[in-house]
Amino acid sequence: MSIFEQLANRDQVFEFLTPVASPVDVRHGPILYMEDVSVSFDGFKAINNLNLTIDDGELRCIIGPNGAGKTTMMDIITGKTRPDTGSVWFGSRHNLLRMNEPDIATLGIGRKFQKPTVFEALTVFENLELAMAADKRILPTLTAIMTAEYRDRIDEILEMIGLQALRDKPAGILSHGQKQWLEIGMLLMQKPRLLLVDEPVAGMTEQEMERTAELLTSLAGKQSVVVVEHDMGFVRSIARKVTVLHQGSVLAEGTMDQVSNDPEVIKVYLGEEE
Amino acid sequence: MWLTRPLQERSTQIFLGVLFAALVVVTFLHLFMPEDSALHVSAYTVTLLGKYLCYALLAVAVDLVWGYLGILSLGHGAFFALGGYAMGMYLMRQIGDRGVYGDPVLPDFMVFLNWQELPWYWQGFDMAWFAFIMVLLAPGLLALVFGFLAFRSRVTGVYLSIITQALTFALMLAFFRNEMGFGGNNGLTDFKDILGFDLRSDATRLGLFLATGIALAVGYVVCRAIVTSKLGRVSVACRDAEARTRFLGYRVERVQLFVFVVSAMLAGVAGALYVPQVGIINPSEFSPLFSIEIVVWVALGGRATLYGAVIGAILVNYAKTVFTGIMPDAWLFALGALFVLVTVFLPKGIAGLLQKRRQKDDDQPGAQEATA
Repeated sequence: MSIFEQLANRDQVFEFLTPVASPVDVRHGPILYMEDVSVSFDGFKAINNLNLTIDDGELRCIIGPNGAGKTTMMDIITGKTRPDTGSVWFGSRHNLLRMNEPDIATLGIGRKFQKPTVFEALTVFENLELAMAADKRILPTLTAIMTAEYRDRIDEILEMIGLQALRDKPAGILSHGQKQWLEIGMLLMQKPRLLLVDEPVAGMTEQEMERTAELLTSLAGKQSVVVVEHDMGFVRSIARKVTVLHQGSVLAEGTMDQVSNDPEVIKVYLGEEE
Repeated sequence: MWLTRPLQERSTQIFLGVLFAALVVVTFLHLFMPEDSALHVSAYTVTLLGKYLCYALLAVAVDLVWGYLGILSLGHGAFFALGGYAMGMYLMRQIGDRGVYGDPVLPDFMVFLNWQELPWYWQGFDMAWFAFIMVLLAPGLLALVFGFLAFRSRVTGVYLSIITQALTFALMLAFFRNEMGFGGNNGLTDFKDILGFDLRSDATRLGLFLATGIALAVGYVVCRAIVTSKLGRVSVACRDAEARTRFLGYRVERVQLFVFVVSAMLAGVAGALYVPQVGIINPSEFSPLFSIEIVVWVALGGRATLYGAVIGAILVNYAKTVFTGIMPDAWLFALGALFVLVTVFLPKGIAGLLQKRRQKDDDQPGAQEATA
């Protein structure tokens, strides 16, 4: 076959033309690597020499009393807050401190906020559509068309989060728990490598909590998931490895049993709960 | 094609149908009814309606940024006026040596100020195509620079509204100055013809009215195409949860900038069609009050609907024409009262009322007889 015939072959997709879904280098194990990170607001040290490593495909729970720096840590990873010192790497190739929020999101870090934030004026389907991994520049977005493939993907996620029946209803009418799931669904549409989930079960009923636990554990393995949560029962039900934050740095790390028997941890946090 | 997608939509079809029917009816009544008939539409009325349509297009532009992007611009009058000035400069150059001073190149006010030659920024405006491009480019560029700075710094909400207000106020003060070379407080006037047609003839007036109607139709379809596209849904997302949109990977500031520039260009077109119909453009179009009035039209009509903006602009301006004819002093009070009443009783404007009625009909047929 001549080279021209080869080039004219429409079935062939050259490798350099196929989009790279997530060019994250995890050959060395960790997908997220934070070292000696510190940040202070008006003299108050919100994060103090934090060291944290998350492995690829891991489900990690982060607990800690109020003001321990959990949310600030997420702000740093997603590019909302810049630390004063330290380094944050995504895989071993991407320095997150050099990137802005949309770039980090495109790279494959999805974040769920503490308060569920979905687009209330748009339908459940449209919420997922906007979240879908796609070319998010202006003109491609303007001329984007909904293909069958996209529709299938959205329906697949809808089924996963159990909101098929509410597909065409505005997200504003969803219950609190449903909004939380929709938001997790939106994160999944982005095909993230790392999911940051801030207090997913706050304000949920028992059954809703169970479903959320199922959802999150089913995700681990495919994605790395970091869950920040207050509810100890919930953490116990999903956690494999737990990190305890206190005053901006890591106090203890290990299985739930290990950390809940750690005298330091009992002193600052669990003592009041158990 | 994304641009023609709205044409398959029922609401757009209805809008275009009503608009074109109105254009045809007015044209027919103007041309074929005898002058003494009660149904005759005079050339004066045709021009008045043309003016309303310009305002309607301006209101659509404001609704695009306010309704769908959540940016309350209190300075859209500036883009309207810039488009108007671009057109005015073309019309001035068309006068040629028919001005009072008979200078073949310099407009009257420049001769009066003893200027010897045309300033550089007046060059090229004798050519229609150049002027018409500037009608889009001048407001578009201002919006681009202003929007770039404002959105990049994440200025939103009431602060942005205040800056837009300051923008139009600053431009008004600048255009009042004679040294600017735009005719100072007299502005540009005494136009003779456009594209070779006499501006005072009835046929030209009718032509301008129809051109405005078509511009409104095209502008409406463009806006509708934007808001029904994925980008439109992203705009709504920026409006309702900016941070969330950013974390989804959208460049919120670029979305805002794009829509803002499109809106400014539409406002410029509205201004350019307005000037030949009213026969004058002066710095009062930059006045902050005018920009606020536009927002009132949109609020009255119902925002985030586009057709509501059209209804609002036409109704309020018709009321203004009637009121200022009867009691000129009372107009601002009437406008204020109208605004308060609508905000209290019709928070979604007239369009909201229409939607509610339609929903009721859908929910329970026969409900209307019951209430009537």
